[in-house]
Amino acid sequence: MIEIQNVRKSFGDLEVLKGIDLNVNKGEVVTVIGGSGSGKSTLLTCINGLEPINAGKILVDGTEVHAKSTDLNKLRQKIGIVFQQWNAFPHLTVLENVTLAPRKVLGMDKAKAEAIAEKQLKHVGLGDKLKTYPTRLSGGQQQRMAIARALAMSPDYMLFDEVTSALDPQLVGEVLETLQMLAEEGMTMILVTHEMSFARDVSDRVAFFHQGVMAEIGVPEQLFGDPQHVETQKFLASVR
Amino acid sequence: MFDTALSANDLIFLAKGAGITIVVTAISVAIGTVLGILFGVIRVQLGAVLSAPLTFVLDIFRSVPLLIQLVLANAFVGMVLQLQVSGFFVACLVLSLYTSAYCAEIVRGGIDAVPATTRRAARSLGMSWGQDMRYIVLPLATRVALPSWIGLALGVMKDSALVYVVQVTELLKSTQILITRLQEPMFLLLICGAFYFIISFPLARFGGYLEKRWSND
Amino acid sequence: MFDYTFQWKQALARLPKMLDGAVVTMEVAVLSMLLGIALAILLTLFRQSGSRPLKAIATTWVEIARNTPALFQIYMAHFGIASFGIHFSPFTSLLIGITFNNAGYLAENFRGALKAIPDTQTRAGRSLGMTPVQSFRYIVMPQMLRISFLPMTNQMVWAILMTSLGVTVGMNMDLYGVTQDLNALTFRTFELFAIAGVIFYVITKIITLGARLIAMRLFRY
Repeated sequence: MIEIQNVRKSFGDLEVLKGIDLNVNKGEVVTVIGGSGSGKSTLLTCINGLEPINAGKILVDGTEVHAKSTDLNKLRQKIGIVFQQWNAFPHLTVLENVTLAPRKVLGMDKAKAEAIAEKQLKHVGLGDKLKTYPTRLSGGQQQRMAIARALAMSPDYMLFDEVTSALDPQLVGEVLETLQMLAEEGMTMILVTHEMSFARDVSDRVAFFHQGVMAEIGVPEQLFGDPQHVETQKFLASVR
Repeated sequence: MFDTALSANDLIFLAKGAGITIVVTAISVAIGTVLGILFGVIRVQLGAVLSAPLTFVLDIFRSVPLLIQLVLANAFVGMVLQLQVSGFFVACLVLSLYTSAYCAEIVRGGIDAVPATTRRAARSLGMSWGQDMRYIVLPLATRVALPSWIGLALGVMKDSALVYVVQVTELLKSTQILITRLQEPMFLLLICGAFYFIISFPLARFGGYLEKRWSND
Repeated sequence: MFDYTFQWKQALARLPKMLDGAVVTMEVAVLSMLLGIALAILLTLFRQSGSRPLKAIATTWVEIARNTPALFQIYMAHFGIASFGIHFSPFTSLLIGITFNNAGYLAENFRGALKAIPDTQTRAGRSLGMTPVQSFRYIVMPQMLRISFLPMTNQMVWAILMTSLGVTVGMNMDLYGVTQDLNALTFRTFELFAIAGVIFYVITKIITLGARLIAMRLFRY
C-alpha cells in the first residue's frame, strides 16, 4: 500500500505540491490527470525517492520513503517507474537493457535474469527483438522495452509518468494496450496520463490535480460523468 | 621558501631560454599557419583522391616523433646537403612543417563544417568562388577552426621544448643546464613549468570559451 | 656538394635490434594508456564529486598535464621527484610522465563525453534500484568510453610518439633509445633515424587502422 500524507514539494520558490493526501491500495489502478504544472509528475518521482519532499510523508508498505534510514536502492526495487522519455540504455541490446538491473542490483545469475527478461519482453510483444539495439526500435517499442525493464525487477508497484506523451500518435495504442494488460493482471499502478478515454477504461479511481492540489478524486464514472469541482469541469471540457 | 643558489645571471639565462621558446614558436606558428591554410584549401579543392599525395606527406609529420623529424632534418641538411645552417633554422623549418600538417587538418575540418547548401546558396546569388570563400566560408570556418588553432599554437609552444636536439637552447634546455650546475631540480623545474603554464593556461581557457560560445549558435 | 653516400645496408642490418626497441616502445605506450584510462576515470569521478579537495586535485592534474610540455612532465617524474630522494629508473620515469599526460588529456575528453550523456540515463538506472556507483559503472561509463573512443585512439598515437622522449632521462631500450645508441656506434644518423621514423609511422598506422576495425565491431548501435 502506498500512503501519501500531506506531501509538500517546492522547486525554489515554486510550490508544486501543496499538501497531497492519497492512499493507493494493493491491486488498485489510480490515474492522475490534470493540466501541465499541476504537480502530477512530480508526485511520482517523489514516491520512489528520486526527488526529496519538503513536508509530509510517503509510506510504501509502511516504509517511509524519505526517512534517512531508508535504503532507497532497496525500496526502488519494489517500485518500478517508467518515464515519458523511455531512457533506453543505447549501448546495450534490448535483452541486456532488461537483464542489467536484475543481475547487478538483485545479483541474479545471467541465465535466470535472461529467462525473466525474455518472459517480460515477450509479454510486452518484443520477443523477437532481444538482440536488437534500442536505437533501431520505434519509440513505442522502446517504451515497451522500458516497461519490461521495470517489470523484470518484479516490482509490487508500477508508476507511469505520461508514458505515451512523447510518442507519435500511431504508436500510442501499442503502449496503452500493454498498460491495460498489466492493469488486468492486477498490478498496482499509479498512472499520470493525458489519455482520458484510457483513464476511464483502466482506472479504479481517477484523481484530478490542479495547481499542486488534488482537487477531486473518484471512480471514473463519477469523475468523468459528474465532476464536482469547477476546475475539473473546466479541464474536462478543455480536453474533450 | 626555497634556499637557492640561483643568481640574477641565471634568471637572465632562463629568460633568454624563454625568449627563444617564444620566438621559435611564433615563427613556426606564423609560417605553419600560412602553409597549413594553403594545404588545407588545396586538399578540399582537389578532393580526397587527387590530394592523396599531399595528405600522405602531411600525415608523416603527425605520425613520426618530432624528435626524429628534427634529427633527420638536421642530419639531412648538415650531413647530406652539407649546408652550414644554424640549429635555429632547422628548428623553425621542422616546426613550421609540423605545424602546417596539423593546421591543414584544422582548416579542412573548418571548411567541411560549412554546409554545402550554404555555399550553393552563395554561388546561386552570383558570388564567385573567391567571394564565397571570403564572405561565407572564411567567417563560418573560422568559428570552427579558431579554438582548435589556439590549441595547436599552444601545442607547438610545448613541443618546441624538443628543439634542444638541434642545439637550440630554449627554456627547458636552459633549465636543464642550470639543474646540472645548481643541483636544484625541483625549484628550477617549477619555475620552468610555471612559465609554460602562465602562457598556456589562459589562452587554452580562452579557446575553450570561444568554442563554447560559438558552438551554441 | 652531394658527396654523401647513403649506406642503407649497414643501417638495415640493425633492424632486428630496432624492432626489439619498438616492442619496448609499444609496451610503454600500452601500459601508459591502460594506467592513463584508469586514472582518467578516477579524475572524472573526482571532478563529478561534490568534494572540493577532490575536484581541486583533479583540476590541477588536468591543467598541468595539458598546459606544460610532455617533456617537462617526464623531467618532473625523473629529476623533480628525485629531489625528495625517490629515484625512478628511466623506464619508470618515462611511464609515469606519459601516464600523467595521458590521464590529464583523457580526463578532459571524458568530461566532454559526459556532457553528451543525458542525466536521465543515471536517473533511469537509479529508478531501477542501482546505486550511484552502479549507475556510473554500468550505464554512464560504457557510453563515455565509446564516445571517447576516437580521442583515445589519438592519445594512444601520442603515447607512442611520446616514448621517444625517454632518451632525455636515459632510457635506451625503446625504439628511439636503441636508435640513438646505434647512432653513437655507427654515425649513420640519417639512415638509422629514417628507419626508426618508418617504424614509428607503421606502428601509428596499425593503431589507427586497428582502432577503426575495433570500432566497427564494437559499436553496432
